[in-house]
Amino acid sequence: MSGTHAGNPVAARVRRLEERLVESGHVTDEELDSILTRVLDGASPLNGARIVAHAWSDAGFRERLLADANRALPEVGLSMAGGLQEQRLKVVANTPERHNVLVCTLCSCYPVALLGPSPSWYKSEAYRSRVVREPRAVLAEFGLDVPAEREITVWDSSAESRYMVLPRRPEGTEELSEEQLAELVTREGLIGTAAV
Amino acid sequence: MSRVNDVGGQTGFGPVVTEENEPVFHADWEARVYALNIALVRRGVYTLDEFRDAVERMPPQEYLAASYYERWLFAIERLTSAHGAQSDE
Repeated sequence: MSGTHAGNPVAARVRRLEERLVESGHVTDEELDSILTRVLDGASPLNGARIVAHAWSDAGFRERLLADANRALPEVGLSMAGGLQEQRLKVVANTPERHNVLVCTLCSCYPVALLGPSPSWYKSEAYRSRVVREPRAVLAEFGLDVPAEREITVWDSSAESRYMVLPRRPEGTEELSEEQLAELVTREGLIGTAAV
Repeated sequence: MSRVNDVGGQTGFGPVVTEENEPVFHADWEARVYALNIALVRRGVYTLDEFRDAVERMPPQEYLAASYYERWLFAIERLTSAHGAQSDE
C-alpha cells in the first residue's frame, strides 16, 4: 500500500471517519495497525494449501477434515476462530464425479479467518449472479473445462457457514513432499474456479 | 422481499473480470476501512449482523455504483452516527 491518496475524495472521507473515531475513543491507530498486520501476515491462501497438502498425504486427516473441519483444523495448527465470530467450515472434496465451487450470492462470505480477504472477482455481481445459473460457462471462462458428465455443486456461503474446496491430487505427484504438494495449490483451487 | 444485494441467478452483469496478482487491498483507505470495521465490531459499537444489514440497506443505485469497500464505508458511517459514536463532535 502506498501514499495517502490525498486527492481521492473517498480516502479523505475515510481519514475523517478514522480521525473522528479515534478522537471519540472508539478505536486507536495502534489497534487498526495491529489488525492489519495480523490479516496481512496470518490469513492467506497458503493456509488452505497447507490443509489440502496434509489431506492428500494423510487419509485419516482427510476423513476428519471432511467430517468436521472446525475440529480437524487444530491438527495443522489452524482454526476458524481468528475472525470476528467462529463460523462453521465445511470442506467439500472434488471427485471424478463431482466438482465443487464456492460463492456468496448475497455479498462476500468466505473463509477470511483462514484464507485472508477474497479476490475482487469473488465479490463482483457478475460472479455472484452467474455462477449459480451457469457454473459450467463461468468455470470455462476461468480456463476450467468441466466435462459434461461431471456434476458441479455450487455452495452458497452464509454468515454462519463457510466452505473450502479440497481439490483432487494431481497425478504424478506421488513422490512430492507435503511442502511441495502445498505449492501446487492455488487460491482458485480452494474456491473451485481452478482444478488445483 | 429481496434487496439489491440478492443477485444470485440475475442476468445482465456481464463477464467475470479477474485481476492478475491482485493485491489484498487496492489502496490504503481500503485497508483502513477493513480494520475499522473489525475494531468497531470487536468493541461492540455494532454487531456483524447490523453491519451486513447496513450494507444491504444502501439505496440500490448507490449500492451498484459503489465499490466493495465504499459499501463498507457507507455502512460504518451510518452505524457510527446512529449509535452516537461521533457524538463528541
